[in-house]
Amino acid sequence: MSKHTIELTINGLRHTADVEARVSLSDFLREDAGYTGVHVGCDHGVCGACTVIVDGKAVRSCLMLAVQAHGADITTVEGLAEPGGALHPVQETMAQEYGLQCGFCTPGIVMTMAALTGEGKRPTEEQLIDAMSGHLCRCTGYQGIRRAVRKLVAADTGETVDGGAA
Amino acid sequence: MNAPDRRAGANAGAEPAGRPHAGSGRYIGQRVRRKEDARLLTGRGQFVDDIALPGMLHVAFVRSPIARGRILGIDLDVARDVPGVHAIYTQQDLAHFNVDMLSFYLVSPEVETTPLANGRVAYVGEPVALVIADSRPIAEDAASLVVVDYAEEDPVVTIDDARSGPPVHPGCDDNIAAEMGEQEIDEDLQALLEGAPHLIRHRVVHQRISQSPMETRGVVVSREGAEELTLYITCQSPHLVARWVSLALGLPPGAIRVIAKDVGGGFGLKNHPWKEETAVILAALMFNRPLKWIEDRYENLIAANQAREQEMVLQVALDDDGRLLASHGDYSVNNGAFPQLSECNIAVHMFVWAAYRMPRYGFLTRGWYSNTIGYAAYRGPWAMESLIRETALDVAARRIGIDPIELRRRNLVTLQDQPTTSCMDLPLEDITPAECLEKLLAAFDVAAFRREQAAARKEGRYLGLGIATYIEPTGAAGAITTMTGELAQVRIEPTGKVTATMSTHSQGHGTATTMAQIFADRLGVPYEDVTVFEGDSSRGGFSPGAAGSRQGVIAGGAAIMAADLLAAKFRQLAAHLLDTSVDAIVIDEGMVRVDGAPDKCRPFADIACIAYGEPDRLPPGFEAGLEAQYRYQPPPMTFSSAANACVVEVDADTGFVRILRWISSEDCGNVINPAVVEGQIAGGLAQAIGMVLLEEVRFDARGNPLAATYKDYHLPAIADIPEFEFVHAGTASQSVGGMRGCGEGGAIIGAPTLVNAIADALAPFGEVPVDLPLTPTKLLSLIEGRDLSAKTVDDQHHFIADHPVTVPVSAAAESAPQAPQPAAAPTAEALVDGDWKMVLSTPMGPQEMTGHFETRGQALAGYLSSPEGQMDFTGSVDGANLKFDLKVDKPMKITLKYTLAVTGDKIAGKCKMGIFGSAKVTGQRA
Repeated sequence: MSKHTIELTINGLRHTADVEARVSLSDFLREDAGYTGVHVGCDHGVCGACTVIVDGKAVRSCLMLAVQAHGADITTVEGLAEPGGALHPVQETMAQEYGLQCGFCTPGIVMTMAALTGEGKRPTEEQLIDAMSGHLCRCTGYQGIRRAVRKLVAADTGETVDGGAA
Repeated sequence: MNAPDRRAGANAGAEPAGRPHAGSGRYIGQRVRRKEDARLLTGRGQFVDDIALPGMLHVAFVRSPIARGRILGIDLDVARDVPGVHAIYTQQDLAHFNVDMLSFYLVSPEVETTPLANGRVAYVGEPVALVIADSRPIAEDAASLVVVDYAEEDPVVTIDDARSGPPVHPGCDDNIAAEMGEQEIDEDLQALLEGAPHLIRHRVVHQRISQSPMETRGVVVSREGAEELTLYITCQSPHLVARWVSLALGLPPGAIRVIAKDVGGGFGLKNHPWKEETAVILAALMFNRPLKWIEDRYENLIAANQAREQEMVLQVALDDDGRLLASHGDYSVNNGAFPQLSECNIAVHMFVWAAYRMPRYGFLTRGWYSNTIGYAAYRGPWAMESLIRETALDVAARRIGIDPIELRRRNLVTLQDQPTTSCMDLPLEDITPAECLEKLLAAFDVAAFRREQAAARKEGRYLGLGIATYIEPTGAAGAITTMTGELAQVRIEPTGKVTATMSTHSQGHGTATTMAQIFADRLGVPYEDVTVFEGDSSRGGFSPGAAGSRQGVIAGGAAIMAADLLAAKFRQLAAHLLDTSVDAIVIDEGMVRVDGAPDKCRPFADIACIAYGEPDRLPPGFEAGLEAQYRYQPPPMTFSSAANACVVEVDADTGFVRILRWISSEDCGNVINPAVVEGQIAGGLAQAIGMVLLEEVRFDARGNPLAATYKDYHLPAIADIPEFEFVHAGTASQSVGGMRGCGEGGAIIGAPTLVNAIADALAPFGEVPVDLPLTPTKLLSLIEGRDLSAKTVDDQHHFIADHPVTVPVSAAAESAPQAPQPAAAPTAEALVDGDWKMVLSTPMGPQEMTGHFETRGQALAGYLSSPEGQMDFTGSVDGANLKFDLKVDKPMKITLKYTLAVTGDKIAGKCKMGIFGSAKVTGQRA
């Protein structure tokens, strides 16, 4: 297998690597770059667990080749919280709303939420729920994820909402 | 030991499901933030694929492409030459280990079961060879170059195949994997059934389910020295895996350490290792390098053990008041080729009528081998009992003309009825399904719904209400080898912080959170100061971890007992140091005070430090340190109860089901953390919704799996699942702490609740055959044979009696109501004769045609015309039902057999197209 040299930024750090053309971005991030928070749930683009942010957009890293990420700026779930440890608002909201159980699908969900909220973005609840339809969770029945979506949308629009359970 | 004062948070379950603040100093019963979340939300969890060991190599499997056959030869030469390949093993290489592939009960298998195929293959996906290489891609490259020569045989795929087909396993007389009950129904029981005013014969067909944890199976094996073995593995209990591997391989138990810090869901699939994990363990022992195998999703869907494929016929006899008289159940479950347990699911019969006053029950229950993936557990493995009972009761209610809620009220065992025993001799002391039902009805206005439903019907909208009740055995201990009590070990460290070691295991259960809540509460320390270690077989004592809804009940009890022992020890020391009595000691968020003496006060941590470091200051005879442990053995069984309601709308044009509301009224006793409990219930309900509407592992006639990706196996997504509402009853159980298990309940009660709602919505069309999943196609096949415009609903419960309906041929169900002929039926001529615009829905796409019918008595003549030409036919007519055959030559010689029914200006039915199967026919008057 021929190798290709790629340069890219992951969580603010520059990386240079020689990768085989067939290596997926998800495998590269996990095995070469060491970001094991990128979880591979299906490897065929349905479950969404491997979602990372590539140049500002939520991307399924199992459907992208590492060589396609040459020159890209990538954020994985490890790069979301403040360096000091403070959780990103999406992470904080997911914890408050019991949006996870086993936590395997969670990194992907968090990355999609992070890509679509914050920094002046104003998604509607419907848009964010629609985006969540690309993420499979086998544990929670999506109850806490739905509450987190509602809370994040309210935060983005400056409204307050009681995010409590039924 | 069951003293009431040991029951935690006596009113914990009675609180409204709001969100009380956790910092009140009492943690049991509170929605405390989960300890697991910080690492899982930041990508710092430790799942098995995150483990990398020095020198580690990777494994891929060569798998059988056929469902059944003999292996004539395996050619490894080309594969071995691939650069980066280290070794390739077949069963011949592993045979000398003589592995005993034990069941969850640690019983040897009924049929020869080997890690890799031994001369024969018995299902598509069966591992035949194991490749060890530098990387997974190289291992897969090499696996694809292994050439296996097979002599293929015709497979046995379905339960029906298994009944009549050749034995899956050579040397067996038939395909019966397990059997219990009576072959023939007892004469007395038969007489009771046949003599009853009402006899319901209700059939349920349940599809095969993939447990589908989001993390697939995986294992990293490291042999360390001559005897030691460290396993990182996806599992539900590291202790059970260690015990299983020790017994299965005949290894010294002390040499095995199993670590599973984070596991991405289990649901019964990960109870213990099976073929692949075992093969990797043996390969690591042979090759002396750490090995990793991570199942990919394709492997998980075609080769990880599966669950639930079963069918059952339940006969239920009732009197005119709807009181239960007698019942018989005939149950079959597909075991696949190599089940994790040869299973005939006796629990289905143990629990089918346990919550109801049923005078007499008999059964026959069987498990069948087939050339498919083996059977394994899935959340509530016996759940068929609730599905078939609760749906049968609704059929009975419609048939007799009784409100389904009233029917349950007349038959459920109430608290006043207890103690009592069930028809299967199960002792019942404190089950509360009837009480859960009343609490449910207080939260849902049934009368208002019925008005809304009737109004909607007039607009052609089909709303339905489903209600179901159930009980569930949880926290069982003592009857099965592996279902034991739990050990809790807890220390107050010299720092004053609390550390506990438990054998609980979380695949999302949040046990490090709930156990910490208990320790914090009982020891009087802040929740933040408690750390619970779990997920490592070298810590704690044996327990089967997450299995049978047991951890809250049993580990919770153990944590309370151990904490109370430690608290007593701490108070003894504190009283000695503060020169007061034990009763005067008050522990309050990190400080120790003396009641009535405000000046006597010391930091909690100071006392802890003295306990370890200053032996001279300890009371006489006091054991240094602050450590305690307790193994809690709970009552043999603790029951949870629930009643659920759900409202659906079924779109009569598309057959799609939309869930509008869902209320769960459950009694899982004292609740440690309502958010965790609701999370468990919601997750189970979502899985039940998947079972009823979406998920299905299908095979073709050659045994090829047809759902090999998540584009074919439909897991519920966020839009498929409603927001659940919760009502908690909180009746303390007799176990220490008063908890009742909640792990499996949602997956059990969810299915009948939803099926009942759909059946209620579609009652105007006849009974919905309970053949899961209830896809839009299946529901439309019931809906589309009907003239809906003539139907009005004034009284739902008398609808069937007042408005007899004819069930279309394609939707005939065993439980379908009798269809008396209308008194003055119009003639066939008036109903049928003339021209009809029809559409035949073939696999190649819809084909439009015009049908011309002429009737004469019971004779039918006519033609079908389409752009391809016109074909004449003759056939028969019976009322509004037509039958005729057409012989065609293209694309091949087959006979098209049409069966159609006319209702008003609509026509519908099916066309059997020989080997192409059946196609739906719909149409209207031209």
